[in-house]
Amino acid sequence: MTGSGSGSGSGAGSAASAVFCGYCGKAVGEGDHAACSSRLGVIDPPRFCSQCARRMVVQVTPAGWTATCSRHGSTASA
Amino acid sequence: MTAAPEQVDVLNTAREQVLERGVGLSEEQVLQVLRLPDSRIPELLELAHEVRMRWCGPEVEVEGIVSLKTGGCPEDCHFCSQSGQFPSPVRSAWLDIPGLVKAARQTAATGATEFCIVAAVRGPDKRLMSQVRDGIKAIREDGNEIQIACSLGMLSQEQVDELVDMGVHRYNHNLETARSHFPSVVTTHSWEERWETLRMVREAGMEVCCGGIIGMGETLEQRAEFAVQLAALEPDEVPLNFLIPNPGTPYENYPVVEGTEALRTVGAFRLALPRTILRFAGGRELTFGDLGAKQGMLGGINAIIVGNYLTNLGRPAQDDLDMLGELSMPIKELSKTL
Ligand code: SF4
Ligand SMILES: [Zn+2]
Ligand SMILES: [Zn+2]
Repeated sequence: MTGSGSGSGSGAGSAASAVFCGYCGKAVGEGDHAACSSRLGVIDPPRFCSQCARRMVVQVTPAGWTATCSRHGSTASA
Repeated sequence: MTAAPEQVDVLNTAREQVLERGVGLSEEQVLQVLRLPDSRIPELLELAHEVRMRWCGPEVEVEGIVSLKTGGCPEDCHFCSQSGQFPSPVRSAWLDIPGLVKAARQTAATGATEFCIVAAVRGPDKRLMSQVRDGIKAIREDGNEIQIACSLGMLSQEQVDELVDMGVHRYNHNLETARSHFPSVVTTHSWEERWETLRMVREAGMEVCCGGIIGMGETLEQRAEFAVQLAALEPDEVPLNFLIPNPGTPYENYPVVEGTEALRTVGAFRLALPRTILRFAGGRELTFGDLGAKQGMLGGINAIIVGNYLTNLGRPAQDDLDMLGELSMPIKELSKTL
C-alpha cells in the first residue's frame, strides 16, 4: 500500500495526482509508505506538498487544518 | 504452624490512605503501583476511578487548545516537533486574530470551559504578549465567555503580572518529566527554571497547569519520581501526554507507550494526585485507540482535550463528547468554574 499525498478529508489539489508522500515527502512510487498512511489522517496533517514535496506551512486548529504550499496553494481538512 | 507474614498490598493501602483519607501515594508506593502485573490493572483502575469520584466528583473538564505561534522554537526539547533545532517537517506559522477567535468559538461550541492559547517559544517577547492581549480582547468582543489559559513558555514576573491583567485564568507550563531525567530531554534550559515560572504563576493567583510526557526513556523509578514531584507542586491541573514519536526529532524512533503501561500510569498518577484535575492530552490516540480512552476515563482521568492538538490531530471532538455521554459523565459547566 502506498500513502496518498494528503491526509483524509483533504480538499483541492491532492490525491489523484499525488507524486510525493504528504508525511515523509519522498516519492510515492519509491519505498513503503504504509506507516506514513497510518499516521496521516489519524494524528498528522500533511506536511509535504503532494505535487512538489515542498514543506508546507500547516496550521492546526481545534476542528481542522490548512496546509499551504508556496507554489501549489492551500489544502484544508473537510 | 506460624502464618506467613502478611504482605502489604499497595492497593489495599491506597484504599485506606488515598480513597478514605485523600492522601496521595508516596514515591515508593507509586513505584509499586507502576510494577503491578497486568492482571491487577482492572482493580487499579477501579480504585483510581473511586478516588476520582470521591475527591473530584463526576464532572469532566473539557478544553480545546490552539497554537498561536507554531514551530521555530529555539529550545531543544527532544520530543518536540516545534524545536527549530531539529530537521522536523513542521514549519513556522502564526495564527491571525480572526483565526484565533474562530478556534475559540469552535472550542466553546463543544461545551468546553477552557481554551488554551499556546506558543512555541522559550518565553514570550513583546510582540507575542501584544498578540495574546489583542487575541483575548477579540475573543471577548466576539461574545465568548470561555475561560482562557495560556502556555507561552518561561515568564518574567512582569509578564506574569501582564497575563493576570489580561484575565488569563490558568497558565500551562509542563515540567515534562522527572527532575533527574530532565537534563537528558532538554539541554537549553533547566527544570529549576521551569519550576521558577510555575512558582510566580501560583503566587500571582493564576491556576497552575503542569504535567508532562510519558514514554521519553524514563525508568519506572523516574516516572514515580515525576508523579510525586508534581504532587509537591500542588497543581490545579496535570495534563498527561504520551509520547508521539515525531519525525525529525531525536525521539522519532521511540516506541509508542503500550496501552497497558499507559493505563497503569494513569491509575498511579491518580493515586498520587487524588484531588487534581488529571487531563488526557496528546498521544492518547496512538497509545490507546478508542477503547483505551474509555478505560482511561474510567480509571481516574477527569478532564480531556477535545479536537486537535497543536501540531497533531486528535479524534473529532464529537467522538469524545459521545464517549462522555455513553459513560454518563457530565461536562463541567462554565458557571460552576467562574
Ligand atoms: S520549549 Fe516548548 S515549543 Fe520549544 S522545543 Fe520545548 S516543548 Fe517545543
Ligand atoms: Zn511516506
Ligand atoms: Zn507544491
